[in-house]
Amino acid sequence: MENLNVSGSPHIFERSSKKRIMLFVLLALLPAAGYGVFLFGVRALLVMIVSVVSAVLTQILMQVLVKRKVKVDGSGVVTGLLLGMILPPTVPLWMPVVGAFFGIAIVKWVFGGFGYAMFNPALAGRAFLMAAWPALMTIWRGVDGVTGATPLGALKIGGIKTAGYFELFMGNVGGSVGETSALLLLIGGLFLMVTKVIDWRVPLAYIGSLSLLMFVLGEDPVFHVLAGGVMLGTFFMATGYEGMPLTKKGRVIFGIGCGLLTVIIRLYSGMPEGVTYAILLMNGFSPLIERWTRLRPFGYVKKVNKNG
Amino acid sequence: MATVSFRKGFVLPHRKFTEKSKIEALGMPKKVVIPLQQHIGKECKPVVKVGDSVKVGQKIGESEGFVSAPVHSSVSGRVVEIKEWLHPLGKKVLSVVIEGNGKDDGFKENKNVEKLSREKLLKIIKEAGIVGMGGATFPTHVKLSPPKEKKIDTVILNGGECEPYLTTDHRLMMEFSSEIVKGLKILMKVVGAKKGFIGIENDKKDAIDVMRKAANGVEVVKLKTKYPQGAEKMLIKALMGRVVPLGGLPMDVGVVVNNVGTAKAVHDAVYFGKPLIERVVTVTGDVNEPKNVMVKVGMLVKDLIKECGGYKGTPKKVIMGGPMMGIAQSSDNVPVIKGSSGVLVLDDVEEPEERECIRCAKCVDYCPMNLMPVTIAKFGRADRIKQAEDYYANACFECGVCAYVCPSKIPLVKWIKYAKGKINENGKPKR
Repeated sequence: MENLNVSGSPHIFERSSKKRIMLFVLLALLPAAGYGVFLFGVRALLVMIVSVVSAVLTQILMQVLVKRKVKVDGSGVVTGLLLGMILPPTVPLWMPVVGAFFGIAIVKWVFGGFGYAMFNPALAGRAFLMAAWPALMTIWRGVDGVTGATPLGALKIGGIKTAGYFELFMGNVGGSVGETSALLLLIGGLFLMVTKVIDWRVPLAYIGSLSLLMFVLGEDPVFHVLAGGVMLGTFFMATGYEGMPLTKKGRVIFGIGCGLLTVIIRLYSGMPEGVTYAILLMNGFSPLIERWTRLRPFGYVKKVNKNG
Repeated sequence: MATVSFRKGFVLPHRKFTEKSKIEALGMPKKVVIPLQQHIGKECKPVVKVGDSVKVGQKIGESEGFVSAPVHSSVSGRVVEIKEWLHPLGKKVLSVVIEGNGKDDGFKENKNVEKLSREKLLKIIKEAGIVGMGGATFPTHVKLSPPKEKKIDTVILNGGECEPYLTTDHRLMMEFSSEIVKGLKILMKVVGAKKGFIGIENDKKDAIDVMRKAANGVEVVKLKTKYPQGAEKMLIKALMGRVVPLGGLPMDVGVVVNNVGTAKAVHDAVYFGKPLIERVVTVTGDVNEPKNVMVKVGMLVKDLIKECGGYKGTPKKVIMGGPMMGIAQSSDNVPVIKGSSGVLVLDDVEEPEERECIRCAKCVDYCPMNLMPVTIAKFGRADRIKQAEDYYANACFECGVCAYVCPSKIPLVKWIKYAKGKINENGKPKR
């Protein structure tokens, strides 16, 4: 027997793959997305469908443009669905197309595509739309079908709370397509934590630091955790692998940073909501945090300076 | 007693199909090819010529220098060739080819073992050509001769056998428990250690029971079944809570670690004057009769496979050692050497398609050395060797956990090895 395969060790591999990860994330998102359709009607479904289709098509287009083998791995679907879920249900349908194109073509593929996108593409898409068409991005529809402010918006403008804990927890409030139900997002998030798809440290650090700081500043921490995009952001956006540090300690710092920035934006800026920018900013800090928290190997001994 | 372990690491599939099969002694092979280098260190000088007749156990290669170990003939017969031959490590090594005549004169028992001094015992171990039989093949007498300032208080025998498929150490413990314990006592005497441990993973419950019965004053400890539990730093941490400093050796924390097979070889050398000329090998995977066999060093793998019923199909890979750290052979015309713990045949080789890193950090989460494998590999691949070194590339002992768990199937070990090669070729001190 000659000329056998001599590839290096190890010679066996675990049967885990990227596909499984994407499938689990989609599964975890579906309840909250479905609830969005129930709450806001067919319009919300259309927003998500247009978003998913444009994201997948942009992904294929970019792979063709950069002359890579076209692979459909589900990440386009996830990005598209996430983008759809963080848009107001009232947006014109060309907006998810633009948002998906910006997020995937510019933020993901200009940086190198799979595994190289530093910033979460869905959030980047939303941030772009907010900057370009702020008016269109802030027409909210309440649950009764009439135009109205989101709970966070009402708090910012009028200083009043338009929704109680229970309504916020169940999601019976105005907001983006898939962000309203804290309960369903929590279920999805727990599922991903149990299956180890996402690291529990990030949501814990995020929610923990946000509520602590809100409490210290005399705000209502429960309201601020349940209202707006915190639940969707912490479980499904902040935990995106590409935008957070590799180390566990780094992930805790990352999560805390997201919480602090969210508080600062919500309380001291002109905007009612800050999850999008908080996570995007921390995405930018992630490589630095990773370097600060570089692991020391097993058996590492601090070098002792013998002269002093 | 509680089951002990180390931090991180990964639970691998068991796949130990031969754990119940008794060690089968093979007859004298008709031909053996004995490489003059079967250890880490300097190659031996041949002390026989073509045409010489040799006996079982006769020295045929004399060690050169301190870090080296002599080699002996495993058969009785005639030297037919001395030439370069393919070695399991992938290079060609000067080897002595002997045609066997089937005779075996056996060895005489030494009745006065108790009276032997430490120096005398050490000399016997050195002359018997004993090396680490777990696969590393570091000369045992060197390990047993630490510098004076390093006081050794403990000898650990590694019965972890954490690689899937392999069952050599398991069967050795089942069938040679008292020899192993006697070997351990000799090792303890040589280094002056008071304490002796035998660590065994808890997937080998029968071996734990058998060894406990034979223990006679040494401690048999149950280890959690987790890879790489058999790595010496992990083993020392699990058994004693001591941490070998980065770049250091077990002797820096007063410990010497040996494989159970090495202890058996030490026993045979001291009690019977028998050099290291045979070892247990697990032949497994896609062969017709997977089993554990006592093999003469120098037997060719192709002959060994024939003894195990031949290949089941068309092999894609023939691996010397286990599936995690073993070396895939280009040909089965290679000899079994002192460090060959297994021959694993795989017909259906998993050749996963490499994808982009998704930064899931699984490699970081499971690395037993607490390294950041993907970062080191990334720098290695980009030839940014300084950065790879800054991320402690040299601390990696290539256990393969990172590449095993990677969902994108990135050949992390390959690139880390590459980085290490570059770091050490510049003649920098090893960390």
